[in-house]
Order: sequence, then structure tokens, then C-alpha cells
Amino acid sequence: MKQFSNRYIFIFATVMVAIVALVLSSAALLLQPLQEKNAEIEKKRNILASVGVEATEDNAEKLYEQYIIGSFVLDNTAEKVEGVDPFNVDVRKEQRKPIEEQVFPVFVATLEDGSNTYIMPLEGKGLWGPIYGYISLKDDLRTINGVTFDHKSETPGLGAEINESWFEAQFIDKKLFEDGDFVSITIQKGGAEEGDPHAVDAVSGGTITSKALEAMLYDCLANYVEFLKKNSE
Amino acid sequence: MSKEKEREPLFSAKNLKLLKDPLGENNPITVQVLGICSALAVTAKLKPAVVMAISVVVVLSVSNVIVSIFRKSVPPRIRIIFQLVVIAMMVILVDQVLKAFAFEVSKQLSVFVGLIITNCIIMGRLEAFALANKPWESFLDGLGNAAGYGLILIIVGFFREFLGSGTIFGYHMMEKIGIYNIGYENNGFMILPPMALITVGIIIWVQRSRNKDLIDKS
Repeated sequence: MKQFSNRYIFIFATVMVAIVALVLSSAALLLQPLQEKNAEIEKKRNILASVGVEATEDNAEKLYEQYIIGSFVLDNTAEKVEGVDPFNVDVRKEQRKPIEEQVFPVFVATLEDGSNTYIMPLEGKGLWGPIYGYISLKDDLRTINGVTFDHKSETPGLGAEINESWFEAQFIDKKLFEDGDFVSITIQKGGAEEGDPHAVDAVSGGTITSKALEAMLYDCLANYVEFLKKNSE
Repeated sequence: MSKEKEREPLFSAKNLKLLKDPLGENNPITVQVLGICSALAVTAKLKPAVVMAISVVVVLSVSNVIVSIFRKSVPPRIRIIFQLVVIAMMVILVDQVLKAFAFEVSKQLSVFVGLIITNCIIMGRLEAFALANKPWESFLDGLGNAAGYGLILIIVGFFREFLGSGTIFGYHMMEKIGIYNIGYENNGFMILPPMALITVGIIIWVQRSRNKDLIDKS
């Protein structure tokens, strides 16, 4: 076998690493605009999906313009904050800040029947990675109009089922409040009782993801409770 | 005799064997039992299985060619590092390209694209074949092995999605052909990882009962 000097090995390793770094960073730079565009379209599609509008990659931006009539940002006392673009608020980053510094975006959409619906982002921790979604509430700010969930890396066929329509459809018309108190929605293993306005069925085989989703709903919506109470009279 | 005549044709019998063997009697999953881990993880649905298969084909054939080109200049002492760097680079490139051009699919596969790096088949082929053979042969070998892997993935994915969720590519096949009417219910067990192992086991069983050469003599 050919012998290689230490010098050669060092030079080989250095050149190899330099070339790979160059290839990867140029690929990342070249593809970044496309990836960011995809992420933005994805966000718009998710927001629309929570209102029950199915957008494709091509018409997401047009539909977004059409349905979403406004958006604003709240602080933790339910006062509006000026000068922050709601679309660019990164909820995951917000959650790491102290509660007084966090801001909470709300999007307003008009439905086909002319009524308004309020959309709030959700962010939480699933089994393997982040889970997130949007929830939209009807005019009364009590009843769920629709939800959409997604995940970064839940197990396909198990926890990943949270973004399937059968699961999301269960949330429609469920109530977040019981006699004026915030109770959120519980996700019940073994199936929710028929007609329970505060519970839905869990995903079988996806217990931890289901629990995480329940916690995400409670934690994220708790920040909006003030706003929801104040505006629902 | 001129040099030209000594050269093998691109698809000589030997080269074709490189391509075909891993599909059947030397299949990386069912015969060599490599790469099982990812075969369990991505096969609950057919679509991620297919995309995973395509990604592995790309990663393995290109890495095989790259390693084969440099086979004479790689110091043996750092060859494993070299192989890992090549694989990791290819996997990251595939991941980035999927994110830019096939966003939906990349979301489906999520973490598993990154996990191609740890797929034993790839490392195994680089070490066992590409380091000792010419680029074209290495390319065929990579293609063959990755296809053999992908084939099993797709077969397992097909049965797991069909029996577990009653769908094929998300299309409600069971309902369409009326199997529910004769009393079949979706078997949630098929979706769980253990059933992937059992399905692979059944494939191995069927293959060995048809081809006695594969059975261990001991």
C-alpha cells in the first residue's frame, strides 16, 4: 500500500474541508431566496388553512391578500403594540423572552358570510421537534372556527397525524371557555366523550405528541385570554 | 492490441451484474441486512418511502463516484473521515435542494433526510467498493445498491400504508375496492415500527424460500 506523509495528510484534509465548505456555503446562499419564499408561502397557506381556505403554492399569496383584512400585535396586557409587523413575529423566539417583553400577533380574516375571524399562531414542543399551527376563532371569540397544525419531525403515521384533516376537523365548533373561564381544549386518549365541547380524540400511537399539542394550545392561548375576554362582550 | 480494444463496454455483463445483484440476490436490506433502521422509520407511508429511496439513490451513486475518483489520493488513515465528509456534503445538498424545489416533500421526510448520513449501506459501499474500483463501476454499484434498498422500502411502505391506513399515496384504495365491506378494519399495528421489521422479515422469508442459495449453511 502506498505510504502517505503526515504533511500530505494534513494538506489533503485541509483542502478537502475548504472545498466542501465552499460547495455547501454557495449552495446555501444560492438556494436561500427560494427557501425563504417557500417558507413565507407555507406560512400564508397555514394561516389560510386555519380559516378553512385551501390554498395551493401558486395562489396562496393572492388568497392571502383577499381573505386577511388586517393584523395587529398585542403585548401581555392585551394592549396593541405599534411598529411590529405581525407576519414577521417569530413566535418561537418570543417564547424565550420574559413574558413582559413578548408580543402576540393576531390576524383578522373575513369569511364568505361576512363575519370576521381571529387567527392566532401556536408554537410548542412535540416529541422529536417543534410543533406549530394556527387557530382561528369565530366572532364571539369563544368558538373555534378552524385549526391547522404542523410539525417538524413527528413520527410519520403516528404523531405526524396531527396535521391530517380528520384530526383538525374535530376542533371545529369546540369552545375554549366554560362560563367565562378559560379551559382550553383537552386531547383525550381513548376518545373524547360525544358532545363534549372542550375535548377531542387523541392520535392513537401518538400519545406524547397529543399531550404536547394540548400543552401548546393551553400555553399559547392563555396569553390571549385577556384580549379574548375584553373583546367578546 | 490497442488500448481501445481492451476497454470494457459500458454495460458489460460484469457491470450489469453490479447493477442487478443488489436488487435481488445481494440485496442490501434482505440479504446483507444493512440500513434496516431507516427502513423501519420512513415506511409508514408510501410517499416518504419513495422520496427517501430517490434521495438515497442520488446520495449513494454520487458519493460512490466522488470517492472512487479520489481513491488513489486519499490517505488510508483518514479515508473514513473523507467518506463521511463526502456523504455529509451530499446529504446536506440533497436536503437544501429539496427545501428549495420540493418543499412539500422535504416537510414529509423531515428529519430522515439528515439521517441518510447514518445509513450503513452508504458507508459500506464506499468502503467496500468505491475505494477499490473505477468511477463508472462505482456509479453502477451505488445505483444498484441504493435501488435495491429503495425497492424494499417501497414494498414495505406499500403494505404498511395499504393495510395500516387503507390508502395508497393518500388515496383511499381500501374504500374504493370495497374491502371494508367484507369486514376488514385498518390495522393500526401496521403503522407501528415493529410491523416494519416483521414485514421485512416476511420479505426475507419469501426471498429465501425461493432462492435456496441464500440460506446459511451452518
